Amino acid sequence: MSEYLLEMKDVSKAFPGVQALNHAQLKLKAGRVHALMGENGAGKSTLMKCMFGIYKMDQGQIYMDGKPVTISDPIDALSKGIAMVHQELQPIPARPIGENIYLGRYPIKKLFGFIPIVDHDKLYKDTEELLKKVKLPFDPRQHVGTLSTSQMQLVEIAKAVSINCRILILDEPTSSLTQREVESLFSIIEDLKKDGVAIVYISHKMDEILRISNEVTIMRDGNYIGTWEASELTTNTIITKMVGRELTNLFPKRENIPGEVVFEVEDFTSINPKSFRNVSFNIRRGEILGVGGLVGAQRTELMEGIFGIRSHISGTVKLNGKEMRITRPKDAIDQGVAMLTESRRASGIMGVLSVADNISISSLKKYLDYGFAINNGKVESLVQDNVQKMNIKTPSSKTLIQSLSGGNQQKVVIGRWLANNPDVLILDEPTRGIDVGAKYEIYCIIAELAKQGKSILMITSEMAELLGMSDRIMVMCDGKCTGFLDGKEANQEKVMNLATKFD
Amino acid sequence: MENKVLNGKRLLALAKSNPIVVLLIAVSIIVGFTTSNFFSWGNLGNLISNTAIRFLIALGVSGCLITKGTDLSAGRQVGLAACLSGVLIQRGDYTGRLYKNIPEMNMWVVLLIVLCVGAIIGLLNGFIVSRLKVPPFITTLGTQTIVYGFCLIFTDAQPIGGFQSVYTRLITGRIGKVTGFYLPYLLFVAAAFGLLFWFIYNKTCHGKYMYAIGGNEVAAEVSGVNTKNTVLRIYLIAGVMYALAGYLLAAKSGGASASMGQGYELEAIAGCTIGGVSTTGGIGTVPGVLVGVLVFEMLKIVLQFLGVNPYYNYVVQGLVIVVAVALDIRKYIAKK
Repeated sequence: MSEYLLEMKDVSKAFPGVQALNHAQLKLKAGRVHALMGENGAGKSTLMKCMFGIYKMDQGQIYMDGKPVTISDPIDALSKGIAMVHQELQPIPARPIGENIYLGRYPIKKLFGFIPIVDHDKLYKDTEELLKKVKLPFDPRQHVGTLSTSQMQLVEIAKAVSINCRILILDEPTSSLTQREVESLFSIIEDLKKDGVAIVYISHKMDEILRISNEVTIMRDGNYIGTWEASELTTNTIITKMVGRELTNLFPKRENIPGEVVFEVEDFTSINPKSFRNVSFNIRRGEILGVGGLVGAQRTELMEGIFGIRSHISGTVKLNGKEMRITRPKDAIDQGVAMLTESRRASGIMGVLSVADNISISSLKKYLDYGFAINNGKVESLVQDNVQKMNIKTPSSKTLIQSLSGGNQQKVVIGRWLANNPDVLILDEPTRGIDVGAKYEIYCIIAELAKQGKSILMITSEMAELLGMSDRIMVMCDGKCTGFLDGKEANQEKVMNLATKFD
Repeated sequence: MENKVLNGKRLLALAKSNPIVVLLIAVSIIVGFTTSNFFSWGNLGNLISNTAIRFLIALGVSGCLITKGTDLSAGRQVGLAACLSGVLIQRGDYTGRLYKNIPEMNMWVVLLIVLCVGAIIGLLNGFIVSRLKVPPFITTLGTQTIVYGFCLIFTDAQPIGGFQSVYTRLITGRIGKVTGFYLPYLLFVAAAFGLLFWFIYNKTCHGKYMYAIGGNEVAAEVSGVNTKNTVLRIYLIAGVMYALAGYLLAAKSGGASASMGQGYELEAIAGCTIGGVSTTGGIGTVPGVLVGVLVFEMLKIVLQFLGVNPYYNYVVQGLVIVVAVALDIRKYIAKK
């Protein structure tokens, strides 16, 4: 019997143009949480997809209980006791929780002793027991579509638990969970550890890693850097090993000087009574206003309301003293407001189109000859200008945006907005899913824009980012603005106090 | 010398990425050498004329496909335009004249009327898709039936003939001799519209917005693209293209009937898809559409020369659609 439940040795995998994994390795012990860390693009997800049989390794060997095995596809992986909760969830919203959890392995009973049909009674009874076991208060017959994103994620984790797996891969499981939900996830993990399950935990959140994991493996650019006991590591040592250099400053020095008030929102209320209500705030020229709050505080909804993606029933928005009429994004854009949306993939990039097309789409009218023919030269100079200013790494302007890394995609989308030279820039989670190095670059861009006199509204769920980047902080809770804090005087405690000020 | 090697490599890569085209060229060469008259000017002219009209229809439907939509009403719209052109352009002295109280009309006036009717149907499709948010498949399934109904009503399901000879002569006209090398006028119509569409797709805001909507409609909307009007325009332009095709088709056939154009929408969609227009949106080029349509028309002629029972044509055409798209999709699967 081997010391390790599962070993991956000398794994290499290449995609066209990139060596995703280069002699990587991973060793999992039963009943232990093994954190897998690295910047985006370090190869963590690729390694896990090799283990789960989604990708075929070019080279390397997997051992389970010391014996070499081959995992040909996800079904094979499941049968060997490996389960995976993916970073991007794929539930079937219009079907009940029970059917989602037992999808592909419904309990069967025989009608008249020979016609196989789905045994719904057993399905829902099993689901009920499972949900009780993982402490989720849902009805098994409730449709998954009625749950929030974080609840769906918990259901997905319950599904993985239901397989009675020996190895559970959690790929960024807490990215959309509230603090309370994170706690219940951690208690599920503790229970699984007692049952002898080996858990691979991928996350960017240092505090979670240090709290929950036993061992940490760090990867960089597809290479295996090393494995350490979690107790030997600190946030700083992890970051240093991940980035391969010392990160002294997490945030750039800001030289912006807030001027006069340019943008005013008054008594803004959503058409949906559960969403934002009676919100008033203003922002100065060259000011960065951070917007903090828990997930579900309706911050995104508020900003999307201002930008014309969602409807409001009352309230006014003024830019430079002039009242704006906004019923759709185009109205806001035409009047000098831009918004980087929360989900880059769902509402930001157009994946199959080129970098040039993506960057120019909202300002195309500026590059016309004779009023109708697009001048490619002008578009190209826009692209080159942005590539240079923001250090966008792309082989050419014709490269499809989907082949760039998250950070570079984000820079392209920011470039799209800057091409319109807006007065007010709304940034919704501008660094979500972006690796440490690119994050710093995005902070620099934001600081530079503020220095140029742009007013920046930044929603962020990362406390450090909120405290480190804001001149002023607005905190929301349950659809209402619960207070403002000065950027210099704010701390985590003050923000959390306002963020949890429920009625 | 080095240049030649590179070109050879390039050609090989091109062949590898378009296996169906290569296969078809190979088959045509074999057929050409084993049967007589395949390599003839007459056959070439025939191929060009057939392809030209199908190409116009495919251009119309390509915009719908690129924005993740479709247009099932294309064929019936072609039929309606053909019948309308036929009825309006019948000779004044023709005894079988359907509407005797309509004066004999100039062919260009008729063209204008037919294009306007096409525009109205396209506008209707576009309105339903963009404003009422009915999925394009269902919308055009409905309008297809409506259009066919109207076509039966005003033609009374009668075949229409007796066209003004100036109309048929001009549209089936050609540069060159009937017996020797010639180029049909239809070639120039198709080429002009091919260039126009290439320009629209690559050089105008409308074209860029179309690709953006196909790539990610929400992102396009959030970026300030007027997605509703762009989609409306796409279906409107499509309607005009079908009308033009119908007008030309009636002249080419020398007659029209309500059943004309049946199934053309599927051929057009198949041609686009073979030519690389992606049904998942955002991808597709005018040269691609041309290649797709050409492949299809070539195939028909090859089968005809091989003397295959015409009923088998459907089987082979269906196979080609599936195989071509399957091979095309494999390129993307392999990259994963």
